[in-house]
Amino acid sequence: MNRIKQKLSEDKKILSIYFTAGYPKLDDTVQIIQDLEKSGVDLIEIGLPFSDPLADGPTIQESSTAALKNGMHTELLFEQIKDIRKSVSIPLILMGYFNPVLQYGVEKFCQKCEEIGIDGLILPDLPLDVYQEEYEALFKKHRLINVFLITPQTSDERIKAIDDASEGFIYMVSSASTTGAKSGFGEEQSSYFQRISNMQLKNPQIVGFGISNAETFNQATEKTKGAIIGSAFIKHLTENGVDSIGGFVSQIR
Amino acid sequence: MSYHADEKGYYGEFGGAFIPEMLYPNCEELRQNYIQIMEEPSFKQEFQQLLKDYVGRPTPLYFAKRLSEKFNTKIYLKREDLCHTGAHKVNNTIGQILMAKKLGKHRIIAETGAGQHGVATATVCALMGIECVVYMGEIDIARQAPNVARMKMLGAEVRAAKSGSKTLKDATNEAIRDWINNPVDTHYIIGSVVGPHPYPDMVARFQSVISEEIKSQLLEKEDRENPDYVVACVGGGSNAAGAFYHYLDTPEVGIIAVEAAGKGIHSGESAATSALGKVGIIHGSKTLLMQTADGQITEPYSISAGLDYPGVGPMHAHLYKSGRGEFISITDDEAMQAGLELCKLEGIIPAIESSHALAIFEDRKFKEDDVVVVNLSGRGDKDLQNYIDYFKL
Repeated sequence: MNRIKQKLSEDKKILSIYFTAGYPKLDDTVQIIQDLEKSGVDLIEIGLPFSDPLADGPTIQESSTAALKNGMHTELLFEQIKDIRKSVSIPLILMGYFNPVLQYGVEKFCQKCEEIGIDGLILPDLPLDVYQEEYEALFKKHRLINVFLITPQTSDERIKAIDDASEGFIYMVSSASTTGAKSGFGEEQSSYFQRISNMQLKNPQIVGFGISNAETFNQATEKTKGAIIGSAFIKHLTENGVDSIGGFVSQIR
Repeated sequence: MSYHADEKGYYGEFGGAFIPEMLYPNCEELRQNYIQIMEEPSFKQEFQQLLKDYVGRPTPLYFAKRLSEKFNTKIYLKREDLCHTGAHKVNNTIGQILMAKKLGKHRIIAETGAGQHGVATATVCALMGIECVVYMGEIDIARQAPNVARMKMLGAEVRAAKSGSKTLKDATNEAIRDWINNPVDTHYIIGSVVGPHPYPDMVARFQSVISEEIKSQLLEKEDRENPDYVVACVGGGSNAAGAFYHYLDTPEVGIIAVEAAGKGIHSGESAATSALGKVGIIHGSKTLLMQTADGQITEPYSISAGLDYPGVGPMHAHLYKSGRGEFISITDDEAMQAGLELCKLEGIIPAIESSHALAIFEDRKFKEDDVVVVNLSGRGDKDLQNYIDYFKL
């Protein structure tokens, strides 16, 4: 069974952490993954940096720019994590924009992910219809779960289509925003969380965008399976480096 | 084979909408409505009226006698430089502001490189009394002060894009991020035939008035609708899309797209996307773009701010790949000389973008009785400082 599905089947709220590979230092990748697992995180999203991250706010943009400047690239990331399964068993997702994957070669990319033991991909700018027409078979062949996003503006009809196309979980963007743009949740989010909950989707939802501490984590997971922290963790790394990852995680839960 | 966009916004293998889900509702709303709105009689009437009374259309098709004599062929200039605001850009912004009104939007955002599209957007927002925010790279703000001032005078807010390389592609990223954060009341006026479907097709349709006029004007002057060649410069490619539009599926008309070679195609400082680009995704569109082997988008260079975009619109990528279009690249030096030559021979100071199109005649020879229409996309006022510096005037 895919590690993501295994984890989702456990009776607990999921804490997922995103970080940008190659940041703060080029060689931090493995240590960050190991420390996150040790700290009790449930799922890790490894960000493949991109020059033009359209859906990201300043924090993740800056970490991407810095990572690229440090010399991060796709092949190097694969090289860094090639033995990662010898030391961790946590579900791992690669998150990035589609162009670097396209240039690497989608098939070769998927093959490499399977070899290493990557469990899923999040490629926000690979649209649902193109995925289904061109890449679904390939992803499945290499046992990769593709995670789709929904937002408060996504219509019920499209949410159902995305639910049908998904296996694993749905990445529920908490508000109309780029990453790190807002913190905290209001009425609007509550009614959105309720609306999605009422839809009784077959896939669990994990909320991303706007979660930075225990309070927002608890709010986000009241009606959902879990939550993702990205920008707040990157900020923590910027300020504290990689030595106090356990301290960050223990503040969340 | 058709060279127009299909229903999903593909030109051959290029185009489409590679957008994060956050942009899907906005692009989908536009996709479902744009053709229907453009075909409404009330829309057409208002669009045409404004093009006539406000922009000053039709722009002349001018037979450049002395230039023709020099190059021993028949050269016509389509005078988009005479449009209000100084370039063809306003054709599109007029169309899109009317579109935004029909869609009930109250706020406009735009990206700009040199500032021409920003000025054209600020202009129509002033005309309609709609709030306008223009994103512009921090570096471009510093080097295009007059256009920044124009936008401010027209009531627009100019926001600096401080991410990445701080130029046009980053201004576009920032505008897209703004749209993600303001998904309900805001319309994004993209300035070229780039971006996710339906933008390339919509902008091409608004700009198609250029070739529509060329047809009727040429009929009057030469007793024929079709020239032998139509020539235009290509950055993202909106003036070219407009000049080529009604000739795309007419194979007897040669299409010549002129890119900026900068300091030379292989100098490392170039914007010749057809020669240097590979298939990839930029700003939601699958097209040819300049990038590293790892798929990171690189920064192009041209003396002309309007041509230094790292990609081309998907229509042009398809024209290149299919062989329908002939692609020529012109260096900074060749363009500057051609610009000065037009001043001396015809008394017209062209934008440096347009000078690239004029520069092909040195090496690309035509028959004596060939009719060659060059789209003179903009005037050179905005480029005076560049001309002054280059020629030490």
